[in-house]
Amino acid sequence: MLSENILKMEGISKSFPGVRALHNVDFVLRKGDIHALMGENGAGKSTLIKIITGVYEKDAGQIVLDGRPVNFKSPQDAQNMGIGTVFQEIALCPNLTVAENMFIGRSRNAFVQWKQMNAKAAQMLSSLGIPASPTQELSSCSIAVQQMIAIARAVDMDCKILILDEPTSSLDEDEVKKLFELMRKLKARGVGIVFITHFLDQVYEISDRITVLRNGELIGEYQTSELPQIELISKMMGKALSDVSTMKKQGPLKSDSSVSVFEATALSSAAGVRPFNFTIQKGEVNGFAGLLGSGRSECVRAIFAADKVTSGEVKMNGKRVKIKTPLNAMKQGIGYLPEDRKGDGIIADLSVRDNIILALQVMKGFFKPLSRKQAEEFSNQYIEKLSIKTPSINTPIKSLSGGNQQKVILARWLLTHPMYLILDEPTRGIDVGTKVEIQKLVLGLAEDGMSLTFISSEIDEMLRTCSRMIVMKDREIVGELSEMNLTEQNVMRVIAQGGE
Amino acid sequence: MTRLKEHLSHLSHLFLPLSVLVLLIIINLIKGADYFSITMVNGAFYGNIPNILFGASELVILTIGMTLVSAASQGQDISIGEIATITSAVFVLFVLNAGQVTLLTIIAGFLISCVAGLVVGAFNGILVSGFKVQPMVATLILFLGGRSIAFMIDGKLSPILANNISNQIGTVIPGVPIQTPIILTVVFIVIIAVVLKTTNLRLYVESVGINPSAARLNGINPKKIIFLTFLIMGVCAAVAGFIAVNKAGRHDSVNLLKLIMMDAILAVAIGGNSLGGGKFSMSGSIIGAYTIEMLNRTLLRLEVEPEAIKAFKAVFIIILMVIASPVVRVFAGKVLDKAKTIVAGNSLPKTGGLNNAVVSSTDTSGKKEK
Repeated sequence: MLSENILKMEGISKSFPGVRALHNVDFVLRKGDIHALMGENGAGKSTLIKIITGVYEKDAGQIVLDGRPVNFKSPQDAQNMGIGTVFQEIALCPNLTVAENMFIGRSRNAFVQWKQMNAKAAQMLSSLGIPASPTQELSSCSIAVQQMIAIARAVDMDCKILILDEPTSSLDEDEVKKLFELMRKLKARGVGIVFITHFLDQVYEISDRITVLRNGELIGEYQTSELPQIELISKMMGKALSDVSTMKKQGPLKSDSSVSVFEATALSSAAGVRPFNFTIQKGEVNGFAGLLGSGRSECVRAIFAADKVTSGEVKMNGKRVKIKTPLNAMKQGIGYLPEDRKGDGIIADLSVRDNIILALQVMKGFFKPLSRKQAEEFSNQYIEKLSIKTPSINTPIKSLSGGNQQKVILARWLLTHPMYLILDEPTRGIDVGTKVEIQKLVLGLAEDGMSLTFISSEIDEMLRTCSRMIVMKDREIVGELSEMNLTEQNVMRVIAQGGE
Repeated sequence: MTRLKEHLSHLSHLFLPLSVLVLLIIINLIKGADYFSITMVNGAFYGNIPNILFGASELVILTIGMTLVSAASQGQDISIGEIATITSAVFVLFVLNAGQVTLLTIIAGFLISCVAGLVVGAFNGILVSGFKVQPMVATLILFLGGRSIAFMIDGKLSPILANNISNQIGTVIPGVPIQTPIILTVVFIVIIAVVLKTTNLRLYVESVGINPSAARLNGINPKKIIFLTFLIMGVCAAVAGFIAVNKAGRHDSVNLLKLIMMDAILAVAIGGNSLGGGKFSMSGSIIGAYTIEMLNRTLLRLEVEPEAIKAFKAVFIIILMVIASPVVRVFAGKVLDKAKTIVAGNSLPKTGGLNNAVVSSTDTSGKKEK
C-alpha cells in the first residue's frame, strides 16, 4: 500500500479563450494519502480538479488511473471510475429531501424504494454525525449541513478518489473536526483524497503532501512536514519571505473622531435577529464575530435593509433617516457586499463592466444611464486599482475566478463612494494573496475616512483589521471587545460565556 | 480594434436569425428570380418584401414586448393576442360611438386602447410580480377569457370599421408610397430603440432576469421591473391590436391575432434569446419576427397546401433549433478550431494568417452545415 499511485497526471495543459489555465502540470495522488492542492486565485486548481472529474477535457497530457490511461468524457464517466467530488459551491437540489439528494441518480431501479432509501440515509447520517433527518427538505438545512450531506453522498459512492474543493469554508470548528475524522477514516481505507482549502492551518493538520500551483504552472510537490507554513505562502504567492511577514504585521487602526457615521437603535429584521444597538465612527473598522448561525450576517443585512426591517431607528451622521429598502441604504451612503457571492452578489451573465457600474447606475436612476465612455472609464479605473484579472471589461463575470469576481463586487461598491461599507465574508473561498490584498484595502479605505464592517470566518483576519469586535451568539449581541481586550481568547470566552 | 471585435461578437448573436433569413431568401430566389421585384400600385410599393414587412407588423411589435417579458420574468405571456383583441375592441367601441370619425377620434381611440392595454398588462403583471404566479399560468387566465371579454365589449359579432381613416391606417395613405402599418412598426421600433438607449431598461431587466436576489441588493426592485415589462407588453398589444383591426376593417373577436403568441415566442427564440430570462437581443427578436413572416409566405409561395403549412413550419423550426442548439454549436466550434490549426500551420505570418484561417474555416464549416 505504501506510496502506490492511484492517480498520475502528466503534462496536463488546458486553455480557454484568452486564458491559459494550465500549462504542463503534473500531479500524483497516492493511495491513502491526503493531498492538499494549493495555489492562489486563478492558479489553476479548479481547472485541474475539473479535468480530473471530467467536467473539462484536457488539451494535452495524460491521466493514468490505477495504472491504466484514461480519458474522461463526462463527469458521469469519472464518477463511474470511482472519483467522487464535493465542490465548493454546493451542487444539490434544495427542494428535494436529504435522502433523495444522497441517492439521486444512483438507483439502477426505475422505481424508488423510499423506505429502504430513507433507512440507509438515516444510518449514514447518524454514522457521520450529521444533524439532519432523511425526509427533511434540503433547503431547510444550514449551509454547513448541506455541505456535509454532499460529502456523505460522495463518500457513499465507494470512491477510490475523493476530491474536496473548499469543503470547510462554511463549517465551524466542530464540524471541521468531524469532517477530518471522516477523512482519516477514508484514508485508512485507502481512499486518496485531494483537499483544496484556503485555511492553511487545516492543511497542516490533515494533509500528507502538498502540491503548489501558480499561474497555471506546477511549482512543486512537497511533504507537508517538510514545508514550513511561511515557505508555503511564499511559494503560492511567488513573493519573497520578508514580504509575507510584513503583511501580517499591520495593526488595527484607531478611529480618529467621535462622529457616529451610522447609529442603529433597537434594530431588528424579519430574518429573526433580536433588536440590537450598533454604532460606527468615521474611519473605524469593526467586525462581527460569532459562530455560524449566530446572526452576524442577519445584523448587517438589517442595517442595509436587505431583510425586511421590523423595528428600530437609524441615524446617519446624527440625523434620523428611514432605511426601508436597499436603495434607501445606498442613497444614505451604505454599501453591502453580501456573504453569498454567487447567489446575491454577481449578475453572472452580465459583463464585468455592467457588474461594476450596477450599484452606481441604480443610484443615479432609471432615466440616467451612464454613457458608454463613462462606464468604460469607471470600469477600467477599478480593474486597475484592484488589479482585477479579466480578459476584457466585456467578459461575463461568471468566467472570472472567485477572487476576481469578489474584487468586481468590491469595485462596484467602491465606485459608489460609500461612507459606510459592509463586507460580509469578502475573503471566503478566495486565495491567500487576494485575502491579504482585501485586508490591506480595508485598512487603506479606513485611513481615508471610510467606516467599514468586516466580517470573516477566520478570526485572525478580523483581529488584524478590526479595532472593535462585536460578539454574537444565538442572534443576539453578547459582547463588545476593543483595544487591549481584543484577543482571540477573549472573543472565545465571550462566545462561551454568552451574555453573562 | 476592440470595438470592431465587440461588434463582431454582437453579430454572432444574430447568426441564427440572419442565417435563416438568408436561407429563406435563397429558397425564394430559386423558386423565382423575381423575388425582390417591387411594383407600384396606386402610388404604393407592392411585392414580396413589402408584403412581408406589412404582414409582420403586429408580430414584430408583440415580439418586442415578449422579449422584455421573457427576459425579466423568465416566462412568457401567452395572452398577447387576447390582450390585443380586448384593446382593439375598446378602440372600435370608442370610434363607433363617436359619431363623426376624424383623425382626432382615431388618435383618442388609440390612446384609450393603450390605457386599456396598460390595465390588462397590469393585471397580468400583478399576478406575476405580486402573487408570484408563473407567467404562463397567470396569462393563461386571459388567454382563455380574453376573447369573451372582447366580445362583451363589442356587444355583437364583428363590428365594422367603415371609415376612410381606418382604411388608410390599415393600408396606405394616398401620396405615401409605403404601407402605413410598415411605417407604424418602424416608428415603434425607433421608440423602443430610444427607450433602450436613454434609460436603464436593459440593465435592470437583464439583472432581474439573471439574478433577482442580487438585483434587489443593488437597489433594483425586481417586482417593479417585472410589472413594468408586463405594462410595456400591454402597450405593445394595444398597438398591435390597433394595426390589426384597422387592417381587417372589422373587429373579429374570435380570430383577431389568434395564436400569435406562438409566433412571438418563437421569434424571441429564433432571435437567439433564452426563454429562461436574462440577457436579450432586441434586434435578434425583431429579425426573428420578420423571419417567421417570411417563412409563412415562403411556404405559401412554394404552394404548400394550406392545411400542411403548419407541419412544414414545424419541421423547419425543429431543424433550426437543432442547428442552433449548444450541442451543435460546440461541435461546429471544434470543426472551426481544427480548420484553424490546419490553415495556421500552412501560413505562418501572424495576423494575416489568422484572418485567412478565420475566413476559410467559416467557409468550410458553412459547407458542412449544408
